[in-house]
Amino acid sequence: MHICQDCARDKASQLKENLSVSNLLGPLLDGINPAIDRKVCCHFCGLNFRDFKKKGRFGCGNCYTVFKDQLSAFLKNIHGSARYMGKAPAGVLAKTSTEGTLKELKVKLARAIELENYEEAARLRDDIKNIEEKSKNV
Amino acid sequence: MFDSFLTNKKSWLKNSGPSCEIVFSSRVRLARNLADYNFPGRANYLQREEVLSNVMSACGKNPGAGDMIFARIEELSELDRHFLLERHLVSQEHILPFDEGVKPSLKGKGVVISGDERLSIMINEEDHIRAQYITSGFDLERCFKNINEFDDFLASDVAYAFLPEFGHLTACPTNVGTGLRASCMLHLPALVFTKRINKVLELLAKISFTARGFFGEGTQALGNFFQISNQVSLGVSEAETIGNLTGVVNQVKEQELDARDTLTARHKLSLEDNIWRALGVLQNSRLINTQEAFSHLSMLSLGLDLGIINGIKRELVNSLFVIIQPAHLQKIEDKQLNENERDCVRAQILREKVKPKGGKDV
Repeated sequence: MHICQDCARDKASQLKENLSVSNLLGPLLDGINPAIDRKVCCHFCGLNFRDFKKKGRFGCGNCYTVFKDQLSAFLKNIHGSARYMGKAPAGVLAKTSTEGTLKELKVKLARAIELENYEEAARLRDDIKNIEEKSKNV
Repeated sequence: MFDSFLTNKKSWLKNSGPSCEIVFSSRVRLARNLADYNFPGRANYLQREEVLSNVMSACGKNPGAGDMIFARIEELSELDRHFLLERHLVSQEHILPFDEGVKPSLKGKGVVISGDERLSIMINEEDHIRAQYITSGFDLERCFKNINEFDDFLASDVAYAFLPEFGHLTACPTNVGTGLRASCMLHLPALVFTKRINKVLELLAKISFTARGFFGEGTQALGNFFQISNQVSLGVSEAETIGNLTGVVNQVKEQELDARDTLTARHKLSLEDNIWRALGVLQNSRLINTQEAFSHLSMLSLGLDLGIINGIKRELVNSLFVIIQPAHLQKIEDKQLNENERDCVRAQILREKVKPKGGKDV
């Protein structure tokens, strides 16, 4: 079989279209309740879950927070894990992420005290202290 | 623009490196987005322009910035865009316009390139920032160290889109987390000839690594080159990813060496015949297309590795893989060339350059 360069290029772009990420990711998302497709919408960029399923791309960083509940299982399917193990960005963002972690730890601490789980509470208190001291030194 | 790259003595392309007879190059790239901006694919051009100007200004504060080239893709000629693509400084996607309904646009896309072409930053590709460090030979550690330093530098100036549980947030869910893609370009002719390559590729997929063609995603293997990279960016740290890929590439390298031994032991004559014929074509053809040139250069490269052909420098062969590509030929000739003219110039360059010194039987 002989294919000229122009035909080969056309064929390649056709193939590429069929092989888009959304087509590959689609089946992984099919299990997710279709009722949330249009209901869950990112207030920052306006993307709804159906748009994401169609394109396979998020619209902004906030989408991750909005679609969080739907994402964990899906990300686990892609990466084999949904837990971040990498570095936290230095400087400006380290602060934001520290703030996020602190907020989360403080909520956990309050809950531990409420449940009278003092061992856990003491551990959380030390963690919070450590992070606060570290961020002072940044 | 970029004419100086053709004679750039500092370029990584002009160097050799560890294991460079099999591992042509190593590369680590990080995907990053700025907080509080839509990702490029969902942003309008004004938002993209803002991101472009923020990131360029942050790059400009880098200690090495004096040596860097800053360019907007829309201001480059079509030829320059392809020239950068052929040098692996931008991706195919980066030189394609955003699809904005009626009017596709390149507005807001930019690139920053260091003087030695090792560090390059694509701005507003799929993510706001795609920063890569590339070097010749097998040295992922060095790539990671350098790109990581640059990342720390950038993070001190701009706020990244980041969540502690998901890590760095990216447009495509396959990059979220470390946003790190490490890859090595391997020359694997013996695995192809002994038909063991498919088995190796299958195994790679099973352990979450992937092999692609010469220009990354969606491209075919040319000249027996395969780009092996990690697929996973959540659940593993950056150092683990680099360590794992280094291990995998070492394994594939051993497999290739083993296949080369088999070829030499069992098919010596036909192997030598193929190599000498390839040299014959490179030294005598009058018209040759990229694909054919790549496949003969691949044989020549193997001939050098096995000591069948002597007197040709490896750096020369490695650089030929780059300069015989269409945009490079037109840069060298300093004019537009059609396909037929390119085949002619390509053949001419190969005849001039591929001249063994002190080799036997030549």
